[in-house]
Amino acid sequence: MTYVRIVWAHLAKDLRLEWRSKDAINGMLFFSLLVVVLFSFAFDPTMAVSRQISGGILWVALLFASVTALNQTWTRELRHQVLDAQRMAPSPASALFLSKVLANFLFVSMIQIVLGPLFIVFYNLRAIGQGWLMLLVLPLGTLALVVNGTFFAALSLRTRNREMLLPLILFPVSVPALLAMVQSTTAILTGESDPGLWIRMLGGYDVIFLTLCLLLFETILGAE
Amino acid sequence: MKKTLLIGLPISLALLAMGFYQAMYVAPTEATMGNIQRIFYYHFPSAIMALLFPYVNFAASLVFLATRRSNPLRAQAADALALASAEMTLIFCSIGLATGMLWARPVWGIWWTWDERLTSFLMLWLIYVSYLLLRRFTAGGQTQTLAAVLSVFAAIDVPIVYMSIRWWRTQHPSPVIGGGPNSGLDPSMWPAVWWNLAGWFVWGVMLVILRYKLERKRQWTEQESALQALEASLETAR
Repeated sequence: MTYVRIVWAHLAKDLRLEWRSKDAINGMLFFSLLVVVLFSFAFDPTMAVSRQISGGILWVALLFASVTALNQTWTRELRHQVLDAQRMAPSPASALFLSKVLANFLFVSMIQIVLGPLFIVFYNLRAIGQGWLMLLVLPLGTLALVVNGTFFAALSLRTRNREMLLPLILFPVSVPALLAMVQSTTAILTGESDPGLWIRMLGGYDVIFLTLCLLLFETILGAE
Repeated sequence: MKKTLLIGLPISLALLAMGFYQAMYVAPTEATMGNIQRIFYYHFPSAIMALLFPYVNFAASLVFLATRRSNPLRAQAADALALASAEMTLIFCSIGLATGMLWARPVWGIWWTWDERLTSFLMLWLIYVSYLLLRRFTAGGQTQTLAAVLSVFAAIDVPIVYMSIRWWRTQHPSPVIGGGPNSGLDPSMWPAVWWNLAGWFVWGVMLVILRYKLERKRQWTEQESALQALEASLETAR
């Protein structure tokens, strides 16, 4: 019970901060919107082509957008030595990590709620496969992005050019997740293949890396 | 370091010379690919070495994470080994990729294809580039811990990458060692493979030891100067 309450305290603080400033959401939203528009200009897709490529565009846009927000998520803890206070606090470090993951998950999900309809409009999409499966793919994919993203943002927090470093270490590790997200989304949109394998893989990826991050986060937080 | 060079250099050079002789003059010309197949004797050992040293890196990183509080001296040594083997992974991985491309161009007609083994090999390369970048971008004592954590991520990620790309697509020939029937090498080609494998193995191990010793010296110098600064501050305090 106490663990849940600690997570909730962290999460409520992050949500309140975001509610007042709306930095992360505004930045991510406009950024991903720009990526969608830019890709549309770059490829000028017809309806059949857009069904093939829009899965990839959606996830690449979300990946880039989430990096901009993830860079901010820990920086705000640096001011007034808040992070040092967190490190000294007796509460488990993984609770802090979990709450940050949940907060980022909520932010990116909100982006998807806005971006999804825009995508359908701009790319004239209509799922030929089972469209409701997207309700499974979107949260699982988002979780895969933000779990590793939040962890690597904390890892690169005290490095030189950390804004640069985060994508450099996040993207290579995220390749299997990105592959699974894009393949399952394309399979759902085109209806040509079964997305089941990729959704299961995405779930497995989430479980493995969430466990790993929760186990190793204390090491990262305490690294001197 | 001199001793390593004195022992390692003659052995590895002799083995590599023998390997070169075997690969270029003794091994028969391949029936369909012709002489271009001889690049295999360099492609294969590099690829094997590039798959071997990540395990050394992972093991050393685990030792570092386990002992960094209880036994800092051993942890420092483990970190030096992790760094040395990571750099060696990157070198052999680059050679494997380059020779693979040179071989693929005349045989497959393309430089590159997004197939299971090529792509996962490229991912291995990318992950170790990011590992070394992380080491370069961080400063002070935290470098080692952060790098060790990233190494654990790499070790877990690479098999997942391999499986995911396997489900995606495949073009590379089935494994030469332990593959199905008709996938094996002609027996007359084996000596060239073994000599080159042994030669590159000794060469790689020698470079890892040299790099390890170099890193140990750097750590020692760093500690020494930190100690001197500490002593100097004690002098002024008095």
